[in-house]
Amino acid sequence: MRELELYFGPQHLGMVGNFSITLKVEGDRVVKADANPGYLHRGFEKLMEQRSWIKNFPMVCRINVVEPDSMELAYATAVESLAGIEVPERAQFIRSIYLELARVGSHLFGLWAYSNMLGFDTAAQWAMYHRDLVLDLFEELTGGRVYHIYIWPGGVRRDFPEGFEKRLVETLHSIGGCVPDYDACFFDNRLFYDRAAGIGKITREEAMEMGGTGQALRATGVPYDVRKIEPYAAYDKVPWEVPTREDGDAFSRIWVVRDEMIESVHMIFKLLDEMPKGDVYNRIPNPFKWRIPEGETYVRCESSRGELGLYLVSDGGDKPYRVHFRTPSYPHGLTILEKALVGESISDVGNIMISLYVVAPEIDR
Amino acid sequence: MAKPSLLGPLRVIKYLFKKPKTLRYPFELKEPARRYRGFHLNDWDQCTGCGNCADICPNDAIEMVERPEIAPDPGEKNERPRLDYGRCCFCGLCVDICPPGSLRLSRDYFHIHFDTSTFVFTPRDEKTDDETFLPAEKYSVLKASLAHRKRDYQGFEPEIDYALFDPDRVEMPEVPPEERKLSFVEQMLGYDREQAVREAERCLECALCEDACPAHLKISDYIEAVYEDSPEDSLRTIYEDNPIPAICGRICMKHCEDACSLSIRGEPLAIRWLKRFVSDTVRNYRDALEQSPGEPTGKRIAVIGAGPGGLSTAYFLRLLGHEVVVFDELSGGGGMLRVGPPRYRLPEEAIDKDVEYIASLGVDFRFQTRVGRDVEFEELRDEFDAVFLGIGLTVSRSTRVENADRCQLALPFLAKNKTEEKCEVPEEVIVIGGGNVAMDVAREALRLQHIRYPGKRTVTRTVSLEDWDEIPATEEEIEEAREEGVEFNPAWGPKRVVLDDQGNIKGLLCMKVNSVFDEEGRFAPTFHEDQEMFLEGRMIIEAIGQGADFSFLPKEVMERIEFTEARKVRVNENGMTTVPGIFAGGDIVNVNLDAVTAIADAKAASEGIDQWLSGGEG
Ligand SMILES: Cc1cc2nc3c(=O)[nH]c(=O)nc-3n(C[C@H](O)[C@H](O)[C@H](O)COP(=O)(O)OP(=O)(O)OC[C@H]3O[C@@H](n4cnc5c(N)ncnc54)[C@H](O)[C@@H]3O)c2cc1C
Ligand code: SF4
Repeated sequence: MRELELYFGPQHLGMVGNFSITLKVEGDRVVKADANPGYLHRGFEKLMEQRSWIKNFPMVCRINVVEPDSMELAYATAVESLAGIEVPERAQFIRSIYLELARVGSHLFGLWAYSNMLGFDTAAQWAMYHRDLVLDLFEELTGGRVYHIYIWPGGVRRDFPEGFEKRLVETLHSIGGCVPDYDACFFDNRLFYDRAAGIGKITREEAMEMGGTGQALRATGVPYDVRKIEPYAAYDKVPWEVPTREDGDAFSRIWVVRDEMIESVHMIFKLLDEMPKGDVYNRIPNPFKWRIPEGETYVRCESSRGELGLYLVSDGGDKPYRVHFRTPSYPHGLTILEKALVGESISDVGNIMISLYVVAPEIDR
Repeated sequence: MAKPSLLGPLRVIKYLFKKPKTLRYPFELKEPARRYRGFHLNDWDQCTGCGNCADICPNDAIEMVERPEIAPDPGEKNERPRLDYGRCCFCGLCVDICPPGSLRLSRDYFHIHFDTSTFVFTPRDEKTDDETFLPAEKYSVLKASLAHRKRDYQGFEPEIDYALFDPDRVEMPEVPPEERKLSFVEQMLGYDREQAVREAERCLECALCEDACPAHLKISDYIEAVYEDSPEDSLRTIYEDNPIPAICGRICMKHCEDACSLSIRGEPLAIRWLKRFVSDTVRNYRDALEQSPGEPTGKRIAVIGAGPGGLSTAYFLRLLGHEVVVFDELSGGGGMLRVGPPRYRLPEEAIDKDVEYIASLGVDFRFQTRVGRDVEFEELRDEFDAVFLGIGLTVSRSTRVENADRCQLALPFLAKNKTEEKCEVPEEVIVIGGGNVAMDVAREALRLQHIRYPGKRTVTRTVSLEDWDEIPATEEEIEEAREEGVEFNPAWGPKRVVLDDQGNIKGLLCMKVNSVFDEEGRFAPTFHEDQEMFLEGRMIIEAIGQGADFSFLPKEVMERIEFTEARKVRVNENGMTTVPGIFAGGDIVNVNLDAVTAIADAKAASEGIDQWLSGGEG
């Protein structure tokens, strides 16, 4: 049969984000896929080398719009480790609660993208609505809906406002109350199973070899989660589980996402129960005179897409000497995606890509 | 896994009958959260124009623009932040750095306009702008824009616990009151290096303090040098404007700290203590400063008075190459500061360090030489090309109430205590006055009493016309005096010194003060004659102010010297009096009556003298 070259994105209805894939197809089948990032390169890493330590704080979040919060955490913890800044215990709990809320918000966004892509408009609308409720909580806590600019070196930027805990619990209960409906209309829907089971399969070995983390790896049965293996914030303060699936296909990945959201909500409840009183911020030095001792550090955390790492170097000056992010979408969107697409149908390209939760802005940075 | 059923999704049909969640904007509105980060608000009355917001903004969205309609107080600027909403990312760093807390964010976020220049906006708030900030009945969301906003709609606000500056200063180690009141040990122990660097780190470098300092020291530069752990550099910067840092580092009236941005919601930067740290740390000024007098000009200047004004004039003129001779009737330099402020505030060693450095530049000091007695003023006029009068206020004033001649006067009392001899004090002492000199007198008397009568109950009380709210002594002095046990009797005026049968002082009869100043703010005390109080005391010291002694000036000169309404020697901007060739500065010229203003006068006068001597205008 004749081989055709097909451009999937950046202007394509099935493409979420500024990204494209060049496909070689034979009939309906993908023979080869080439991922093309680069549409969203904003030069963040270089920009950060030119800004003072404090001026980078409102900027890191912008690297990834769907879940800016793990970027904030990575930057704050890297700075804290280089500068030797302690974080009060209550702030550590707030960080975990905030990051789990961010995970739920991010996964709901992913769920919207995914179900929308498959034509499950009802679930997609719900996910968007519920994400908005999460954004309301962020707005109340931080003053911003999308870019929260909240986790800063030394702790968090403000304590919970009056009555916030109550509204947090209520909102999560009301979203959680819809899980049976989500299940009925989407996760347990026969059509979802038919579209996703066995699609975009990667084996455990392939995932590990290609740097897969997050649901890409956990859907192959590996309980790999930075929150567990190298706990930060307050993740070692309460018991929780790492959800996994065995099949390594799109269906498993989306189910891991579903289970993870539920686990996050339970974790937030437990953290709220255990959360101590006290300060939430240890003051950083005068930002205009702030120099950080020479040194380098690599910190990592579990974002909603997988392992996020930050390599940060200081030469003793008032701004970073070198900044480099290890973002999960990089391996997921390039190596793993290219592999997973081979042999699949054109109609499943978006399906597979979104099940891997590829977020283009964090590939490009 | 078993394949799920096809019928499951039917469960959600119930949602068809539910109310939609989508808000029908603008008929259904959603209130932004209390902390929402929307457009800026700025309270122009609180804003000092310091510009820290512009410095911290990661997007250069803020520019400080001059607003001519604002008349700034000393230590403030008439600049206000202007926002460019094409750049702002609403991070709120500007709010968290704002020292006065005037800059906040509101919950407004609408602005739609064809003209992009409208996105550049100088925010105010409802306090001063009722055209933009509208009450609920005048506000319509359909017109919402930067120029049509809601009143009382504050969002993200500054909170001191999360401020990006440190409101608390590094505490200065000091001798506790119980211990220090038993001797004349220096109360403040001084910062060590680590403490000084930590304190210097707090400086935001907005430099408002430099405008407020009468001598305009380059404060942010010399503080920065302390932060960089380079006291020598710091000292060099200080000496550009102030040649008596060991003195000023201890007793300066610190106008700068009053203007310090950090003082608005916290404690001001300890600028004075950092200056002291620098002067104490640099052991050898000469090596650090590497100064030498300028090329000899052949001109000679006589300076009368080796107080801060005279010392500084001599220093600045010497650096310009002039020959300077300083005359003072005291036995060493420092002027009133040598004989006035007690040792626990200003030890002689500190004064000597500063004076010796000036002498080392080749300034000729003639101590114990009184002009008008040991040398005539006319001779100086003949011998020298110019004369600088820095004679200060050396005569204590008396209340002149009945039997006041039996009282002691502040200056002789203080001066004697600076010698080995020290004054005799009884167990009960009364000090008349509410200014800083009265505090010095009372706290000295209290120490002498403790030394003379160890373990005994002694009483040291002050009486002042002014009530607590107008008492002229600084808060700091009053606080420290109270800690040591000085009693205060504000709003009482002396009526008569009461003597016993032997003619010894028994106490002071006082009357209640009605008001101290008249409607124009002039000193004109009135009393409730019928409300009296008797204070017991065997010694009374009057500390109600000082006057100048011009008796050494020949009549002909005295007649030509003009005075201002405030009874100050009138000088022009070059420090020259109405008699050509005679310049003046310090307490006889300014109304601040402190060391740093004397230095400021000296700077003007030395420049004036230099100009005048090189043939320029006087
Ligand atoms: C008790 C006391 C405490 C003070 N505390 C502080 C303080 O904490 N901080 C502060 O900033 N200021 C303080 N002051 C004020 C400060 O001392 C003066 O503002 C400052 O000294 C004024 O300097 P000056 O140059 O005018 O001369 P002065 O310091 O007043 O000195 C004038 C000098 O001229 C000499 N003189 C006068 N006439 C003749 C003459 N005919 N021949 C020769 N010599 C003559 C005098 O002997 C004297 O030494 C205090 C003053 C007093 C009295
Ligand atoms: S909110 Fe942030 S970006 Fe906007 S003016 Fe303030 S500091 Fe600058």
